[in-house]
Amino acid sequence: MPTFVHPDKCDGCQALDRPACMYICPNDLMVLDKSLGKAWNQEPDQCWECYACVKTCPQTAIEMRGYGDVVPLGAGLAPLRGTDSIIWTVKFRNSQTKRFRFPIRTTPWGSIEPHQGFQEASPDEVKKAGLCGQQKYLGVPELPVVKH
Amino acid sequence: MIEPEVEVVECDVLICGGGMSGCGAAYEAAYWAKPKGLRVVLVEKAAVERSGAVAMGLSAINCYMGMKWGENQPEDFVRYVRQDLMGLCREDLVYDIARNVDSTVHMFEDWGLPFFKEPDGRYKREGRWQVMIHGESYKPIVAEAAKKAVGERNIYERIFMSHILLDKDDPGKVAGAIGFSVRDPKIYVFKAKAIISAAGGATQVFRPHSVGEGLGRIWYAPWNTGSAYKLSITAGAEMTQMEHRLVVARFKDGYGPVGMWFLLFKAVLKNAYGELVEEKWADLLKEWLPYGDGKPIPTPLRNHQMIRDHLAGNGPHYLRTDEALQKLFQDVQNDPRKMREIESDAWEDFLDMTMSQALLWASENIDPAKTPSEVVLTEPYLMGSHASATGAWVSGPEDLAPKEYFWGYNRMTTVNGLFAAGDGVGGSAHKFSSGSYTEGRLAGKAAVAYVYDNPEGGSVEQDKVEALKKELFAPMEVYEKTRGLVTRGDVNPEALTPKQTLLRLQKIMDEYCAGQGSGYITNGPTLKRGLELLEMLKEDLPHMAARDHHELLRVWEVWDRIYCAEAHMRHVLFREETRWPGYYYRGDFPKLDEANWKCFTTSRYDAAKKEWTLSKKPYISLIP
Repeated sequence: MPTFVHPDKCDGCQALDRPACMYICPNDLMVLDKSLGKAWNQEPDQCWECYACVKTCPQTAIEMRGYGDVVPLGAGLAPLRGTDSIIWTVKFRNSQTKRFRFPIRTTPWGSIEPHQGFQEASPDEVKKAGLCGQQKYLGVPELPVVKH
Repeated sequence: MIEPEVEVVECDVLICGGGMSGCGAAYEAAYWAKPKGLRVVLVEKAAVERSGAVAMGLSAINCYMGMKWGENQPEDFVRYVRQDLMGLCREDLVYDIARNVDSTVHMFEDWGLPFFKEPDGRYKREGRWQVMIHGESYKPIVAEAAKKAVGERNIYERIFMSHILLDKDDPGKVAGAIGFSVRDPKIYVFKAKAIISAAGGATQVFRPHSVGEGLGRIWYAPWNTGSAYKLSITAGAEMTQMEHRLVVARFKDGYGPVGMWFLLFKAVLKNAYGELVEEKWADLLKEWLPYGDGKPIPTPLRNHQMIRDHLAGNGPHYLRTDEALQKLFQDVQNDPRKMREIESDAWEDFLDMTMSQALLWASENIDPAKTPSEVVLTEPYLMGSHASATGAWVSGPEDLAPKEYFWGYNRMTTVNGLFAAGDGVGGSAHKFSSGSYTEGRLAGKAAVAYVYDNPEGGSVEQDKVEALKKELFAPMEVYEKTRGLVTRGDVNPEALTPKQTLLRLQKIMDEYCAGQGSGYITNGPTLKRGLELLEMLKEDLPHMAARDHHELLRVWEVWDRIYCAEAHMRHVLFREETRWPGYYYRGDFPKLDEANWKCFTTSRYDAAKKEWTLSKKPYISLIP
C-alpha cells in the first residue's frame, strides 16, 4: 500500500546526510521536498509496499494507506524493527488488533567475516568445480558429479 | 542542461546488479580475486541493503537439497525442474546449482539468518525443496557479507547501468560498461575485463491486474525492469527461451504467496461450487503427455486447469484457508497455544515477504480460519529464477556440460568476458533466492578465472562513450525543448512521459502477446500485428522526456522493458507449438510438438543492423 509521510513527525532527517527513506527506497520513490524540509513518495503507483522506508524511518513518520483502487479504508499495519526481532501490529478495519513478533537475525549486525576459516584461495583451483568454503559448508565430503 | 560529469572507474570484474545473484558474485569473486589483487566492483541502482527481488524479505528458501541429511540429491532436483518446465531445461546448469546450493544456505545460517528447525536440527521443510526462514532481514544480511567481501569503496549505489561497452577491436568481447547516477548529472564509465549481468528479470512488460494507484502492486518487484536481459541483448549475446514466462496463482489483489498454504498447510483450491479444480479437470492432463501424467503437475498445467474452470463459468476460485486451518486446529486438539503458533506462522508468511496481503486481509476483516480467500493467475513475468527460464544462453561447467554447451567459462554468455547469473541466465529455473545467489557465486568465480587467462582486457572506444553520454541524457533535453509547447500538463505534441510509454507497451503486450487480459492466447497474425505496433512505439521513444533524474531513470527502465518485450514476442512467434499451456497458448499451434520443438530457442540481436536472428539449439539430457 503506498506510503505517506506524517508532516508532524518527519524532520527530513536533518541530522543525517540525506533522509533515511530516500537512501533505502529500492524504487527511488521517497524524496526530500526541499521547500518543506520533509520527505514524500513521488510516485505512489510504483510503490511495492516493501516497507523498507517504514522500517528505517528514525521518526516513525511513514505509514501505508491501502491502495485506493482495491483496499477498503481503516486498516493499518505497522512494524517496529529492532536489532534481533521485528514486531508487527495489524489493525483490522473493525478495530480488532493482532500483534506478532518474529526473529530477524541470530548474530550481531556487522559480525559477518566473509571467507573466515577458509583455506587461502589458490589461482590453480579457480577452474575446478565447486565454491569457496565448500569443506566448511557443503555438508557432504565431495562435490557431487553426474554419474554415468 | 548541465553538462554531465564523467567518472572513469578501472576494475577487473564488474558486477551489474546487487540483488541475490550480484551479492553472490561479489562474495565469491572477492575470494578468488585476492591472490592476484584483482579489483571487484559491484554497481546497484538502489541501495544494496534493500535491493532486488528479496528487498522486502522472504519467508522461505525454496531451493535447498539437504544432502547432509540425505534428503535429496542433485539428480532428483534436475528431474523435478525438467518435469515442471515441460521437458526443457539445461540440465548441466540446474545440476550445478543443485550440487552447490546447500553450502550457500548453510553459510546464510552461520551469518545469522534465522531458520525454523526440527527437534533433530534439520531445517523445517515447507515442501520437498523449500525450508522455512524468518527472512525479514534476509537481504540486509546478504548485503552485509557482499559489502565486506569486496570492501565498501567497491560498492557503487544509485547508478543505473545502461550499456555494455564492447572492445574497440573485437566486438565479440567486453571492455566495460556505462551507466548514470539516478541522483546527479553524472556518467560512470567502468572499464572491466569481465562483467557479470546480474541485474534482474522483467516486470511490468505486461499490463497488470492492478489499476491506478495500485499499479505497483504486482507479484515480482517492480524495480526489476529486465536490465539483465537488456544488457546482454544489446551487447549481442545469444538469449534463450525468451518465449518462456511466469504466470502463477496468487491471492487476488495482494499477491500474497500460496506456497506455504498448499505445501505445509495442505490447503486446496476449490471453485465457487466447492469442486476441487485439480480433480475436476484431471483428464485435461492427458492431452499433455508425457508431462501431464508426471508428478508433480507442472506449474503451467495447474494454471491450465484453473483457466479451463474459469472459462466454464466456475469462478471465483478460493484457496480454502478456512478448511485447512480448522483441520490443523483439530490436529492440535484446539490447544490455544498451538493454535496461536499456527496462526503466527500463517501471518508471518505474509509479513516476511508480502505485507500488502496482510494489510488487505486486515482491511477486509478476513480471518483466514473462517474465510477463504480468492486466488487468481498473475500477469506474465519474464524471469529465469522461478518456474520459468528466460535469459542468456551461457556456457555450462566444464565437468558437466556436453561440448555443445561448453565454451571455456561457466556462465559466460556468447560474448567473451560477459557472464550472467540469476534471472539473467536462461534454460535453467527454480533457483529462487538461494540458487540465484549460488549461480552468482559460480559466475563470480568463473569471471575471475577469465581475467586470470585474459589479463590485458579490452579497450573502450572514446567516441562510443561520447555518443552514449549524449544519448543517456537526451530525454532531459527533450523535456527542456518541449515544455514550452503547452500551457501546463503532460499532454504534449512532441513529448511523452516515461509512464505514458510504459502503459502503451503494456497494452500492446497484453492484447497481442497473450497477456492476462487476452486469456493468455495469441497466434501468428496477432503477434505480427503486435510487432508492427511495437515498432512504432520504438520510433516514438526518442520523444520520451525526463523532467528530473528520477524520470531519466524511468526512461531507461522503459528501454529495458522494450528489449525484453521484443525478444519475448519474437520468440513466442518463433516457437510454433504450445508447450506451456497456462503460461500462454498459440491458438494456431495449440498442441505440444515434441518432434519439432523439444529444443531450446535462441535469438541474437545485431545492434548495428537492428536485426534479430532466431534459431534452435539441441536439448541434451544428462540425467535419465
